[in-house]
Amino acid sequence: MVKKVLKTFEIDYLQVLDEHGKVDESLMPKVTDDDLKKLYENMILVRTFDKKAFSLQRQGRIGTYLEVRGQEASQVGSTYAMKDKDWLFPMYRSTGALIVRGQPMTRMLQYWGGDERGLISPDEFNNFPIAIPVGTQALHALGAGWASKLTGDGLVSVVYLGDGATSKEDFMSAMNFAGVYNAATVFIVENNQFAISTHRDEQTGSETIAQKAIAFGFEGIQVDGNDVLAVYKVTKDAVDKARRGDGPTLIECYTYRMGDHSTSDDAARYRDQKEVEEWAKKDPIDRMEKFMTEKGLLDDTYKDKVQADSTAAVKEAIDAYEKVEPANPEDIFTYMYAEMPTQLKEQFEEYKESKK
Amino acid sequence: MVLANAVTAVTMALRGELKRDKSVVLIGEDIGLNGGVFRSTDGLFKEFGKDRVIDTPLSELGIAGAAVGMAVNGMKPVAEIQFSGFLYASFDQLVSHAGRIRGRSRGRFTCPMVIRAPAGGGIRALELHCECNEALFAHTPGLKVVYPSTPYDVKGLLAAAIRDPDPVVFLEPMRIYRAIKEEVPEEDYVIPLGKANVVREGTDMTIITWGALVKYTLEAVEKIKDKVNVEVIDLRTIYPFDVEAIIASVKKTGRAMVVHEAPRTSGFGAEIVAQINEKALDSMEAPVVRVTGYDTVLPFANLENEYIPSEKRIIAGIHKVMDY
Ligand SMILES: Cc1ncc(C[n+]2csc(CCOP(=O)(O)OP(=O)(O)O)c2C)c(N)n1
Repeated sequence: MVKKVLKTFEIDYLQVLDEHGKVDESLMPKVTDDDLKKLYENMILVRTFDKKAFSLQRQGRIGTYLEVRGQEASQVGSTYAMKDKDWLFPMYRSTGALIVRGQPMTRMLQYWGGDERGLISPDEFNNFPIAIPVGTQALHALGAGWASKLTGDGLVSVVYLGDGATSKEDFMSAMNFAGVYNAATVFIVENNQFAISTHRDEQTGSETIAQKAIAFGFEGIQVDGNDVLAVYKVTKDAVDKARRGDGPTLIECYTYRMGDHSTSDDAARYRDQKEVEEWAKKDPIDRMEKFMTEKGLLDDTYKDKVQADSTAAVKEAIDAYEKVEPANPEDIFTYMYAEMPTQLKEQFEEYKESKK
Repeated sequence: MVLANAVTAVTMALRGELKRDKSVVLIGEDIGLNGGVFRSTDGLFKEFGKDRVIDTPLSELGIAGAAVGMAVNGMKPVAEIQFSGFLYASFDQLVSHAGRIRGRSRGRFTCPMVIRAPAGGGIRALELHCECNEALFAHTPGLKVVYPSTPYDVKGLLAAAIRDPDPVVFLEPMRIYRAIKEEVPEEDYVIPLGKANVVREGTDMTIITWGALVKYTLEAVEKIKDKVNVEVIDLRTIYPFDVEAIIASVKKTGRAMVVHEAPRTSGFGAEIVAQINEKALDSMEAPVVRVTGYDTVLPFANLENEYIPSEKRIIAGIHKVMDY
């Protein structure tokens, strides 16, 4: 008879920049001052856009919107590690990631305003359309990363998921395939503690989400999702690893959804405001400002300029959005197939007739 | 009697069934403390507790498959899927198992479960939140499909669905969730599945429709009532459907039209046309017309009204039938 411990596992956690703005130099990623500024500027731009989009929804100028607030570091820090042509598989809350990835803010407003054209990726990037059914994008990312591995195109795919999405079969299949095929895929789970009203603890019996990777045979790590430096560092390592052909990584960004789930939600129904206030003290931007001030990279003039530039860029995007030509209704028919099938052709003619 | 909208009618039916039958349990995402994304389970968590109004992890496949297991083991799960587009994630369990257990076990196991979801467009919701997918489920052997059109019907049909011995897909027209308020009895009543409702009597032609489009068809019909006297049938249950009511009506009027939001090809309208063809062809004075969505994806908010049958299209359809 043999009884022994077959395997034991550990899950790493990384924080570089703490909530007081103090950095552990030994853990610092390789970044220039210019990188630090870009990370900061992107976070401010994301927050500025996010606030504005929320108020546009309240004014009825766009439809439902899902705020990024609180998750700026998770998104900006991770996308910053990607190359332009790498594949991004965003979810509905990935506005921050999309901004870093060159998705025009005007198009994002178009999307939330009910216009398909908002999903069009700029040619210089590979931004897949936002996933609305939770978790489904995980498999597409796996497929793209698997293809990169097979074709050797040198690209990596990065997918964004919420903690809720880790309960979906799509996520588990994607993780499993990724482990089997060593796909060039990085799974980023923004664990913001909630899936609408469902708390993380009710979502899974696992102590961490990062440990789910172990079951699929690859590395999982938890990182302080409000620390843009830690997120960047971990993602950069994961992206480099995937590009080398050394397989997938699961990154759990431990963060918090500061807003309601969406503009149709009311979080007061299910969570304690005190918890929100506690998390406000861990704000990703505040701590970056403290750190950069200390380092001599940030003063009032620079800070004001960053804010002013962001405000102007967002305003320009909104102005452009409100001037966008209405979509051609015929697009409903023309983009269904490469060649329009007989039945649809007949209906298309009938549609045109009905408009006379 | 209470003045209720369709959401409140759902809550009333669920409360009634939870009280009536200890084996009834509600399962779904955010249906507990939060009361569901549309608040259709509002207050039930407090009233019946966490073992009867159960928040699940985020998995529609999990919800549907778990419901099958609960149902065979003596419970009556009533599952909520937040939006009709997320029913697709449940599809495998509904098609491969829920609809087949009775047959595969030759009656030894049965699957009395209900899976509810808001359905249909018209409220500028996000993509995949407003799918018109009743035909997929009607085409699935072993499932019943219910699609009510008013608060009164919601309560009576949902109660009947929960008491039904077989799996029922219960589609709730999102567009009229809060658009119609009417008197709904607090007392228990059921509206039998499989029975249509003649919501407007007429002599010139018959329109068969269901869900949110019942309201909008009636409005269109009122506009031209001086010219055409239309009979309107609210199908209420898509499967099994009330073919007798349809045939009786078209034999009387001799003309018919089907109105639905779902794409035309293989839409449920096609089945109705086939039934009329088989059972009442001799009585028909004109081909049956279909006014439907197109064979396209339901467009995003800005263009959805180009897709959903409009009053104008319904009236044009009526003229086409009458002018034949
Ligand atoms: C398959 C599916 N089911 C349900 C929904 C409705 N829904 C939208 S977001 C959401 C919660 C998702 O939570 P999580 O994955 O943690 O991401 P978060 O929204 O918190 O960023 C739900 C249930 C959906 N969009 N897709």
